[in-house]
Amino acid sequence: MMTNGGDALIKSLELEGVEVMFGLPGGAILPVYDPIIDSSIRHVLVRHEQGAGHMAQGYAHATGKPGVAIVTSGPAATNMVTPLLDAYMDSVPMVCITGQVAYSAIGTDAFQEADTTGITMSVTKHNFLVSDAADIPQTIHEAFHIATTGRPGPVLVDLPKNIVNPADPSSHFEWVEPTTPNLPGYNPQLEPDRELVRRAAELIIAAERPVLYVGGGILKARGAESLLALAELVQIPVVTTLMARGAFPDSHELNLGMPGMHGNYTAVMSMQESDLLIALGSRFDDRVTGKLDGFAPDAKVIHVDIDPAELGKVRKPDVGIQADVRLAIDALLEAIGELGGADAQTDRTNWRSKLSGYQEKFPLVYEDSQPGDALKPQFVLERLRDNSPDDTIVTSGVGQHQMWASQYWKFDHPYTWINSGGLGTMGFSIPAAIGAKAGMPDRTVWAVDGDGCFQMTAQELVTASAERIPIKVALINNGYLGMVKQWQEMFYDERYSEVHLSQALPDYKMWAEAMGCAAIRVESPEEVDAAIEEANNINDRPVVVEFRTDASEKVFPMVPAGATNSELMVDPSQQNDGGL
Amino acid sequence: MANRFHTVVVKVENKAGVLARVAGLFARRGFNIMSLAVAPTDDGEFSRITFVVDVESAPLEQVVKQLDKLINVVEIRELDPDNSVERELVLITVAVGADERSEVLELVQPFGSDLLDEGDGKTMLSFSGTPARVDEFEELLRPFGITEMQRTGRVAMTSLIING
Ligand SMILES: Cc1ncc(C[n+]2csc(CCOP(=O)(O)OP(=O)(O)O)c2C)c(N)n1
Ligand SMILES: [Mg+2]
Repeated sequence: MMTNGGDALIKSLELEGVEVMFGLPGGAILPVYDPIIDSSIRHVLVRHEQGAGHMAQGYAHATGKPGVAIVTSGPAATNMVTPLLDAYMDSVPMVCITGQVAYSAIGTDAFQEADTTGITMSVTKHNFLVSDAADIPQTIHEAFHIATTGRPGPVLVDLPKNIVNPADPSSHFEWVEPTTPNLPGYNPQLEPDRELVRRAAELIIAAERPVLYVGGGILKARGAESLLALAELVQIPVVTTLMARGAFPDSHELNLGMPGMHGNYTAVMSMQESDLLIALGSRFDDRVTGKLDGFAPDAKVIHVDIDPAELGKVRKPDVGIQADVRLAIDALLEAIGELGGADAQTDRTNWRSKLSGYQEKFPLVYEDSQPGDALKPQFVLERLRDNSPDDTIVTSGVGQHQMWASQYWKFDHPYTWINSGGLGTMGFSIPAAIGAKAGMPDRTVWAVDGDGCFQMTAQELVTASAERIPIKVALINNGYLGMVKQWQEMFYDERYSEVHLSQALPDYKMWAEAMGCAAIRVESPEEVDAAIEEANNINDRPVVVEFRTDASEKVFPMVPAGATNSELMVDPSQQNDGGL
Repeated sequence: MANRFHTVVVKVENKAGVLARVAGLFARRGFNIMSLAVAPTDDGEFSRITFVVDVESAPLEQVVKQLDKLINVVEIRELDPDNSVERELVLITVAVGADERSEVLELVQPFGSDLLDEGDGKTMLSFSGTPARVDEFEELLRPFGITEMQRTGRVAMTSLIING
């Protein structure tokens, strides 16, 4: 069957099972947009290409399927750089198609030419510049294979216009079904080494103060059930990093919550005082370890990761296991069984009571909102949590509101928390929520956003209205770039430099309405529940609830940058209780 | 100092842009590439790149792992200097005209170097050997006035019999 590159691209995407893609057309990609009209694939027309990238990410986070973004050359391709890096840092499976000038024009500074593969080399797991139309089916197949296997990540495919344009003879070729990927340098190892697993099992059984330090890799490996089985068998407490919230139920008694810079006291101290960290799909990020010299000084380390470059990158493991973390946990369960199971373990009564003592003494706290008082952002998140369905998907921007969302939400299901962890991209929340809702239309999706973040990507609410993707936005409007303000307050002598935004400019309610959303403004604590209920009942369009919150609130606990985790600062009201 | 130099041999798919991917990883870490040689292997689908980098061992181990993650990198090895064979080729032009030429040729005779070209008051010689021998060759000729020199960078393979 004769075909052309444009038709072949869309057919190749259909063959990969793509149901929805996010994009915006332009000159170089125009020929590809024509067959989209006849395709089964839903195309969501974004208002800015960065939005397309974050939507693809949100879709991938929520569904586990690769997200697809499609944009034109030049400025559109450079607009994709941020989401590509975001997906790379957080190991999100994603395929991005970019248009390119005609092959013969590459290198001539042609209109809207960018060296897209060069620019994106260090922000993608891999990228391709296709020179021959006949290579499109195989390249697309390989792109999806690379994006979704091993450590997942973004893959970009750059398509010169001539090979997708049916008016150009170089786009014509005889269709050939793609075959098994031919990638001699790419063979992700999934199976753990049994001898290493046995040594890890021995360490676990002997440990007196073990902690399961769980990262986003667990979610990528679809390993939440295996993790639950392991934790329950060995009765070892679990900390879930910012990327792993929901991988282990927050309501489970073994869950200590989030560790790290804004982690809770017990989670942070459990790692500091541990004698064995069992790192599962986590990567010893600096936001988790604090100053490395003082991190978990007495702990041996078992580190399981599918990416061998993570083993020893930051902290040298005593047992490093390169494997799919789900398969590794399953093997660990077996090995522990062979060594006598849970009963063979060291007695850990003291460890458990020490940790529960910490939990009692240093819970997350904030001062309650009283009627008439300024609204506390933490209170808003608690009410949102308690008044939304149990399996609500929550996305967030970056800043104080992100940390409060992670701290105060109770995540009891995997794939319900979507945020930008590694890159910390402001503006992630709204487009990610749209992507998640497009993939999971039956679920309630709340985008928790900051006023600074909102102003970076709010235009995608137009996309949501036009495409009838009814997400809900909880805008935590403190009138400030709050997280930066917090640092200036604490570490720069309250010298506030360029962090004030204003709660009233723009008028968020009018702006949201102009974008086709329902909009509600909340200024006092007693209005919160009614607004949330109203928002939860609006399902025919997006809704923005603007919560005007107390700008003086700070995120606690906090490990100051450059300090060790032992220097964790708890909420001021707890500071005379022995915490720092 | 010497142990800061590491020879890394990378077998890659012979495709456009692969050298940029590999070199980019070194550059991002601020590693200086001392020399680089690249050419197809016996199988035209693959090329072999030999790098000499100036770096301490621990960060190198991390870069080797990162290199291995590149989709186009098929195999990567750091060569142990005691168990590998290394060669480098140099072309040198010296300011030596017809009158001095025989003196110079006699001097370099133990190296078994080749006389490649002569004229315009100059002499062009080539030599291939271990990098250390190439250094010696260069030093020997320096007093005559080197007008142009090009070294290839080293290529290396593992020894056939591994010691200790
Ligand atoms: C694109 C981008 N620019 C700058 C930053 C640095 N930064 C981190 S948090 C933050 C403030 C975010 O303000 P807002 O969205 O209002 O959230 P808040 O902290 O007030 O909850 C800034 C500027 C960033 N993370 N991302
Ligand atoms: Mg703010």
